[in-house]
Amino acid sequence: MAETTAGGPAIEALSLIPKAEAKQSMKDFKTDQEVRWCPGCGDYAVLAAVQGFMPELGLAKENIVFVSGIGCSSRFPYYMNTYGMHSIHGRAPAIATGLASTRRDLSVWVVTGDGDALSIGGNHLIHALRRNVNLKILLFNNRIYGLTKGQYSPTSEVGKVTKSTPMGSLDAPFNPVSLALGAEASFVARTVDSDRKHLTETLRAAAAHPGTALIEIYQNCNIFNDNAFEVLKDREQAQEAVIRLEHGKPIRFGADEHKGVVRNAATGDLEIVEVTPENEADVLVHDAHAATPTTAFALSRLADPNTLHHTPIGILRNVQRQVYDTEMAEQLDEAVQRKGKGDLAGLLAGGDTWTVLG
Amino acid sequence: MTSEVNSKEVKRLDRVIIRFAGDSGDGMQLTGDRFTSETASFGNDLSTLPNFPAEIRAPAGTLPGVSSFQVHFADHDILTPGDAPNVLVAMNPAALKANIGDVPRGAEVIVNTDEFTKRAMAKVGYEASPLEDGSLDGYSVHEVPLTTLTVEALKEFGLSRKDAGRSKNMFALGLLSWMYHRPTEGTVEFLRTKFAKKPDIAEANISAFQAGWNFGETTEDFAVSYEVAPAESAFPAGTYRSISGNLALAYGLIAAGQQADLPLFLGSYPITPASDILHELSRHKNFGVRTFQAEDEIAGIGAALGAAFGGALGVTTTSGPGVALKAETVGLAVSLELPLLIVDIQRGGPSTGLPTKTEQADLLQAMFGRNGEAPVPIVAPATPSDCFTAALDAARIALTYRTPVMLLSDGYLANGSEPWRIPEVDELPDLRVQFASQPNHTTADGTEVFWPYKRDPQTLARPWAIPGTPGLEHRIGGIEKEDGSGNISYSPSNHDLMVRTRQAKVDGVEVPDIEVDDPDGKARTLVLGWGSTYGPITAAVRRVRRAGDHIAQAHLRYVNPFPANLGEVLAAYDKVVVPEMNLGQLATLVRAKYLVDAFSYNQVNGMPFKAEQLATALKEAIDNG
Repeated sequence: MAETTAGGPAIEALSLIPKAEAKQSMKDFKTDQEVRWCPGCGDYAVLAAVQGFMPELGLAKENIVFVSGIGCSSRFPYYMNTYGMHSIHGRAPAIATGLASTRRDLSVWVVTGDGDALSIGGNHLIHALRRNVNLKILLFNNRIYGLTKGQYSPTSEVGKVTKSTPMGSLDAPFNPVSLALGAEASFVARTVDSDRKHLTETLRAAAAHPGTALIEIYQNCNIFNDNAFEVLKDREQAQEAVIRLEHGKPIRFGADEHKGVVRNAATGDLEIVEVTPENEADVLVHDAHAATPTTAFALSRLADPNTLHHTPIGILRNVQRQVYDTEMAEQLDEAVQRKGKGDLAGLLAGGDTWTVLG
Repeated sequence: MTSEVNSKEVKRLDRVIIRFAGDSGDGMQLTGDRFTSETASFGNDLSTLPNFPAEIRAPAGTLPGVSSFQVHFADHDILTPGDAPNVLVAMNPAALKANIGDVPRGAEVIVNTDEFTKRAMAKVGYEASPLEDGSLDGYSVHEVPLTTLTVEALKEFGLSRKDAGRSKNMFALGLLSWMYHRPTEGTVEFLRTKFAKKPDIAEANISAFQAGWNFGETTEDFAVSYEVAPAESAFPAGTYRSISGNLALAYGLIAAGQQADLPLFLGSYPITPASDILHELSRHKNFGVRTFQAEDEIAGIGAALGAAFGGALGVTTTSGPGVALKAETVGLAVSLELPLLIVDIQRGGPSTGLPTKTEQADLLQAMFGRNGEAPVPIVAPATPSDCFTAALDAARIALTYRTPVMLLSDGYLANGSEPWRIPEVDELPDLRVQFASQPNHTTADGTEVFWPYKRDPQTLARPWAIPGTPGLEHRIGGIEKEDGSGNISYSPSNHDLMVRTRQAKVDGVEVPDIEVDDPDGKARTLVLGWGSTYGPITAAVRRVRRAGDHIAQAHLRYVNPFPANLGEVLAAYDKVVVPEMNLGQLATLVRAKYLVDAFSYNQVNGMPFKAEQLATALKEAIDNG
C-alpha cells in the first residue's frame, strides 16, 4: 500500500492544491458505502489502484473531486472518500470543466466508460481534450454496455452479437486513443485493469500532467463481455499482442523482443517487422513528447480492432501546452491589471446618463 | 451644429413614435440606437422595438431583408414602443412596402427617393411607383434623395459613391434629430469613439449627420419641427440611463455575483436572442466573471452546474431550443439541490421558430419540461430595466433555497430599451451565503458527520459544502438520495418523501404578494399578465379607464411559486382575462391551480401586443362579462 509523508512530492501541476496535513493511506480514501459492482468486475481493481495511489500524491483529500457520468464505472465517486458527483449520462467532462476552471485548488478526476464518454458524451470528451482543462479522465473501456445489460458499445468490434444486435453489430468501433489524439489531447495513455503496477504508473504520470489527461483503461466486464482483453492479459498471448510503450525506448515486443515497429520509408506509415541485425537500427524509439501527434496516432492504429493484436499499452503522448483554466485565470488577472478591480457603481452608471432632480 | 433660433414653426407634442426602416445592411439598428440615446439624454421617457430578420444580410432590397427600429418617446411616462408610427423613415421600396401598413394616414413618411428605381420597386412588387400612383395619398410624404445628398455632403472626403452612400443612415439621423430637437453631442462623440481607428470614416459620418440636420433646417420641405419636452414629472429623482433588457440582465448577474460575494460563472452556447448577455459578461472579467463558451447547450449548463458545485454563482443563458437541450441537467440540479440560474430569452417556437421575434411560449417548458417531478422557481421580468432586478431576485432564490431558477425574459425585453434609474449599490440586496463548514449530524455511535441532505427547517435548503472544506467530503448524484444522509436510496417511502420535500421547498419560496391596481374598486374584470406583456397591458388598461370603464390589473413577476394571495385576488373578480404571447399557458396554470374560468387572449405573431388591440379585447371582455 502506497503511503506518503505529509506534504507529498513536489509536482508542479499540483502546486496550487493544498497538501494533506498528515500522511495518508489507502483506507483514507475508502468510503463506508458498500461497493455494488458485480463480483469479479474489473472496476474493483481500478478502484483499488486509485485508492492505493492517491496517498502518494499527498493532497488534502477535501481538495480532490471525482466526477462521473452514468454507467457501471460511474458509480466510482461513491467509493472514494473525497468530494464527488455522480452526474448524468455523458456530461461529466462538461461539469468537471466548470469546476476545474473555477477552482484551480482542486484535483479533478473524471470517471467514465466507453458508452458514457464515446457515445452520449462524445462531444464533451473531445472538447475537454482540445481545451486542455486540468482534468484527469479515466475511461473504463469494457467494449460493452453493462448497466443496461449487454448492448454493444461504440468500442465493440464489428459483428458483435448482443441483445440489440442479434445478427451482429454493423458499426465500426472507435479507437479511443486515436480519437483522443485527433482531438488535440496533450496526454493520452492506455493501460489494463489487471496490471496494477502499470495502472499506477500511468495514474502517476497523468497526475503530474498539467492539463487534460486521458487514460483508457481496458476493463473486464465478466458478465456481458468476459475475457474481452484476455489476449492482452494472458502472459503467453500478450507477448505477441501487446506493444509496450516506454518513452525513449525502442518499440519492440514479442518473445525476446523479436518484433519491432519501423517506419515505412515509402508511405510514412508504421509497420511491424521481425527485428534483424540489419534493421535493428531502424526500430522506432518511442517519443511521448513528440511535438506532433502523428507518430502516436500511427502507433494507435497498429492495433487490430477485432483481435487486439499489436495493441500499444503505455503513454502514447505526453506534451505540455497551454492549460485552459490557467489561461482563464490569467485573463481575469490581466483584466484587473488593465481596468482595475470591478467597480459595480461605476459599471452601472457607465454610458450616457442624465439626472432628474427631485 | 446649431441650436440657433430658426424661423420655422415649432410644434409641441406630448409623444411621438418614429420607425426607421431599411435594408438589413443600412444600419437601421444603429440609427435607432443613436436616436434613442439622444432621446434618453434629453430626458424623455421612451420605449423601443428593434425588429430585424434572422438572416445577417438577407438579399438586398427584398421584403425579408427589411430591418426596422421603432422608438416611442414622450413628455410623460409611457409603457410600450407604440402601436402606430407617426413618422416612417423608409430607406428603400422594400422598407416602405413592409411597413406602410402599420402607419396611419396623416403620418409623415420620409422616403429615400434614390432607391426608388424601377428595378428596386419591381423587386418588391410595386408595378408603379408608390410615390406617384396615389397610394400614399393622405400621408405627408417627404421625398428626399438621401443617398445623393449624403454623397454630395461627403464630396471632400474623396470616397467612392458607394462608400459615401453608406453614411446615409447618419444623414437620416441628422434630419430626424433636427425635426425633434434632439441633442447631438452624444452622437458626434459616439462616432468619434466608434471609428477611433478610422478617423476619416468618423468625420465622414459626422459630416453626413450634420448635413442631415442642416438639410432639415434649410429645406422648405420640412416646414415644421417638433418639441417633446422632457418627462421630468414621470421620473423620480435620480440618475438615469437608457438600458436594454439583455444589458440590464447582464448587469444584474454581475451585481448578483458581487452582492453574493461569489465568483460569477457563465456557461453558455451562442443563441439568438441571448448571445448579447454572453458578450457583455465576457467584457467584465475584472469583476471575477468567468465566461465559458461551451461546445453545446448541454455543456453550457453542465459547466455552470460544476462551477456551482465548487461554490460559484453558476449561470447559463439561452433561448427556448437551448432550454430543451438543458432539461436533463436542470433535473440534475433539482436533484443535487445546488443554486443555478437558467436564463431563457424566449423567442418564437417551436423548434428554430422565429429566432429574432418575441414570444412567451416557454412558460410550460420552464414549469414542466423535465422528467420526473422537478419543480423549479420561475422569475419573469416585466420590462427591459426590470431584467436587472429580476436577475438579483432569481439569484436570491437560487442561493437561499439551493435550487435551479428559471428566469424568463424574451426577445422584446432583450432588445427593447427604456430609461432606468441607476440604483445605488447600497440599495441592492445582500445575497451573501454561508457555506457549510462543520459536521451537522451526530450518528448513533456519537460520531460527528456531515449530512449533505440535512435541511434548514425554514427554507428546506440543504447545506452547500464546497470542495476544499475539510471533513465534509461527500458524494452526491442524480440517483435518489436518502433524506438527510444523502446516500443512495431506492426506498419507496424515502422517494415519496424526497419528491414531496423538493416540491415543498419550491412551493415555500418566499415571493411578495401580487399587487392589484384597481383604483376605484369598481372593477369586475381583472386582467392578469406575466413577464414582458406588462407594458402593453398597462397601456391598454389606461385606455380602457380613460374611456370610462373599470378594470383591475395584476401582473405576475413570480410565476412559480405563485404569490400566496393570487387565489384570493382571482376570486375577487367576476372575470379574469389573461393576455399572453402564447396559446394560453399561464391561463392553463391558473385554471388548474385555482379553478378560475380564466379567459385567454392570445397573440403569437412574434410581436408584442399593441395597446389599442389589447384595449379593445379588454373592453369586449368587460362588456361581455
